[in-house]
Amino acid sequence: MESNNKLVFSRRSFIRTSALAGGGVLIGFNLFQACKPEAKPPVDISQLNFNDFNAFIKIADNGMVTIFSPNPEIGQGVKTSMPMLIAEELDVPWDHVHVVQGALDTKNFTRQVAGGSQSIRQGWEPLRQTGATARQMLVNAAANKWGVDPKDCSTKEGYVFNSSGDKLGYGELVKEASVLEVPEEVSLKKPENFTIIGQDVPNVDLDKIITGQPLFGLDYKEDGMWVASVLRAPSFGLVLDGYDDTEAKKVNGVEQIIEFKNRIAVLAKDTWTAMKAKSLLKANWKEDTTLESTEYHDEKLLNLLNGKEFNTMRSDGDVEKAFAQADQIVERVYESPFLPHNCMEPMNFFADVTDQKVRLVGPIQTPEGTARQVATLLERDVEDVSVEMTRMGGGFGRRLYGDFAQEAALISNLTKKPVKVVYTREDDMTAGIYRPAIKYKSAASIKDGEITGYHLKEASVNSNMYGLIPNFFPAGAIENYRVDVAKYNSNITTGAWRAPYTNFLSFAEQSFFDELAEILNKDSIQMRLDLLEKVKGTEDERIQYSPERLQNVIKEAVAKSGYGNAAEGVYQGFSAYYCHNTHVAEVADVVMENDVPIVKKVTCIVDCGIVVNPLGAKNQVEGGVIDGIGHAMYGNFIFSDGAPKDKNFDTYHLIRINETPVVETHFIQNDYAPTGLGEPTLPPAGAAVANAIKAATGKRLYKQPFVNELKVKAPLG
Amino acid sequence: MPVYSIKINGESHSVEADPDTPLLWVLRDHLNLVGTKFGCGMGQCGACTIHLDGSATRSCLLKVSMVDTMEITTIEGLSKDGTHPVQLAWKEIDVPQCGYCQAGQIMSASAFLAQNSNPSKTDIRDAMSGNLCRCASYNRIEKAIETAASKMS
Ligand code: FES
Ligand code: FES
Repeated sequence: MESNNKLVFSRRSFIRTSALAGGGVLIGFNLFQACKPEAKPPVDISQLNFNDFNAFIKIADNGMVTIFSPNPEIGQGVKTSMPMLIAEELDVPWDHVHVVQGALDTKNFTRQVAGGSQSIRQGWEPLRQTGATARQMLVNAAANKWGVDPKDCSTKEGYVFNSSGDKLGYGELVKEASVLEVPEEVSLKKPENFTIIGQDVPNVDLDKIITGQPLFGLDYKEDGMWVASVLRAPSFGLVLDGYDDTEAKKVNGVEQIIEFKNRIAVLAKDTWTAMKAKSLLKANWKEDTTLESTEYHDEKLLNLLNGKEFNTMRSDGDVEKAFAQADQIVERVYESPFLPHNCMEPMNFFADVTDQKVRLVGPIQTPEGTARQVATLLERDVEDVSVEMTRMGGGFGRRLYGDFAQEAALISNLTKKPVKVVYTREDDMTAGIYRPAIKYKSAASIKDGEITGYHLKEASVNSNMYGLIPNFFPAGAIENYRVDVAKYNSNITTGAWRAPYTNFLSFAEQSFFDELAEILNKDSIQMRLDLLEKVKGTEDERIQYSPERLQNVIKEAVAKSGYGNAAEGVYQGFSAYYCHNTHVAEVADVVMENDVPIVKKVTCIVDCGIVVNPLGAKNQVEGGVIDGIGHAMYGNFIFSDGAPKDKNFDTYHLIRINETPVVETHFIQNDYAPTGLGEPTLPPAGAAVANAIKAATGKRLYKQPFVNELKVKAPLG
Repeated sequence: MPVYSIKINGESHSVEADPDTPLLWVLRDHLNLVGTKFGCGMGQCGACTIHLDGSATRSCLLKVSMVDTMEITTIEGLSKDGTHPVQLAWKEIDVPQCGYCQAGQIMSASAFLAQNSNPSKTDIRDAMSGNLCRCASYNRIEKAIETAASKMS
């Protein structure tokens, strides 16, 4: 095996091995530490015990490898792709590898990392090093047996070979390997020698999913468990003011009804009984804070945009001067509503709080943070709290928040019973932690036919864009550049939603550039390429994107989609965006049917570095693009008197199969370290579609959802 | 509480439940057949799809008292070992992402293909429009149904 990339750092800090009583070896490593490059190894290695490790590789006597993956799976495929990295460097065939969600032993799995688009990027080096370290120990064991230099040995598909052609299977070496020193220095494979990375590997839970086996939080059961359905305030701003549970109590199978923190929980023997009894509760609510509505938010946010109070997040050159000297100023306002996550699996969590411990089980993206929150809430030591993760029926950001786990813990603590809290769809949609409603004002100054200044203003509910975003395109490309933000504090809970901020900012920006090109009478592709040209060789270290890589996906998208040469009756829209360390360009093809624009196809070009699992990656890309289109087109989440107007899928429109375009995906081939895919293909989709609709109808879209602007019920795909 | 005798995946079960209990919750909570999923509880998402005498039916809207002697098939009973042509096609195409909606998708697709073994793209899109997939695995659902159809005919 070829080697390069010598890396020297203390592997013993996060890897230890031990022989298993039943045969085989267990290799423990600390993924939490390993994934944080800035994390310091512990000073005294002998102080470490296995409870400090949270991920394991087991190599059995028969050479079969089990990887206990601690990363929460929310549908972005990390449960498949992260073990692929270990298996690659361990040099075993993928069909000898068995992946287990590492949640069986709560003691050993108390520290876990959250999923999301960062998992693969952060795990790229450490996971491969872990695999390579284990491989090296097996090689050393074989070399000892043969009495040869380990350097003269090689590995392939689960065997160690020496130069005389002898071979030993990993299973025959595990016993010896387990007592060897952990090597300080290992070599990683060159990308051209990868045998697993870059191959199509199906979802590891595929068999279980298609046969309906229990996997998800909602499927979790224990003897003696009660199901809790919780009545929460129907509006943000209301508090509980007494209730009558006479009717609810009459329902057969109801165990207990309790009030807690402005909520009422019904505990019953099964889910239906709990939900039914909850619907019979008669609660009184009184106004505590303002009951806000969408019109109210519109007014507040527009006032902010038109006002003077902003935080400046980045300022280059002199925007005011550029605007004062301009021949022309182009200014547009883009508007988006709140959005619920609507994970297909409604929120749920199990908690069993006893004097000895607090046991939590369920679908969560942030097990560690949740354990801490629950410990604080119940005034318990965090050591008493264990979190076991199930597979998740979607995340999209909603399962970063442990509010539902806290609820389960509170109820179990009060009742001293093991409880699983289950949300109805209505609960899920009305007790959300929504994407905040946001408005952008994009302004450009034009002098002698060129863009001389760019001023972006954001008015958002509760929180503003994170610090890296102002350093995305067009930062660095326009001399006078400023990003200002302002926010309105609402009592409506908001948080991360797939590709936070960029999911809408990208629409505003890429629509704006399309319109600028039109106003300047420029080719919109050439204009983007020219702007990016100016960023090349920049010494500004804050700039997040690579102008070369962004230019590259743009050119590739033009070539693959035939942009500019569309067939008769096909209207195309273009969009390119960088976020989550990945560069993406998309072209949407729209046709008109009965005066309604229909999105037929989207061509998507992605540069995410090395594609670890092309099959899973393609699935992510398609999902992101369609999700982006679905929400831009239909996502209409309106508040009135503090309550969401839509509470279930009868009136809230999620994109369906008959509204879905075909997504054609192309990955840029290169050797860059892999970057995330769960999010970055979503943001550009809205603008690609909006720009195509402009081409088809002449109408520019400034506000989501598009259906409202187009005054059509449902454009079908 | 009344006791109902219902036939699921070829086996008879007797369940004690209120007459208005949806079959979905009888399957999930009384009989431990959790492959059938809860998504909306109002017939809008298709996550709870089962076969009732061979037709795709939303089990969240079907009260246990209405089942009577009709034959129920759930994802667990679609095939003995995951080898129904639709399940095989789902594997071949690697359809699922989070996987939560997929039992419902498979049950809708298999009932549909039993009626129409040579569907057009439009037929597929129409037939599957009652099943939501929040992960938007729609392109692959379409492809998998085409694959299954070609293998079944
Ligand atoms: S749960 Fe039955 S259709 Fe949604
Ligand atoms: S695969 Fe996640 S909802 Fe369909």
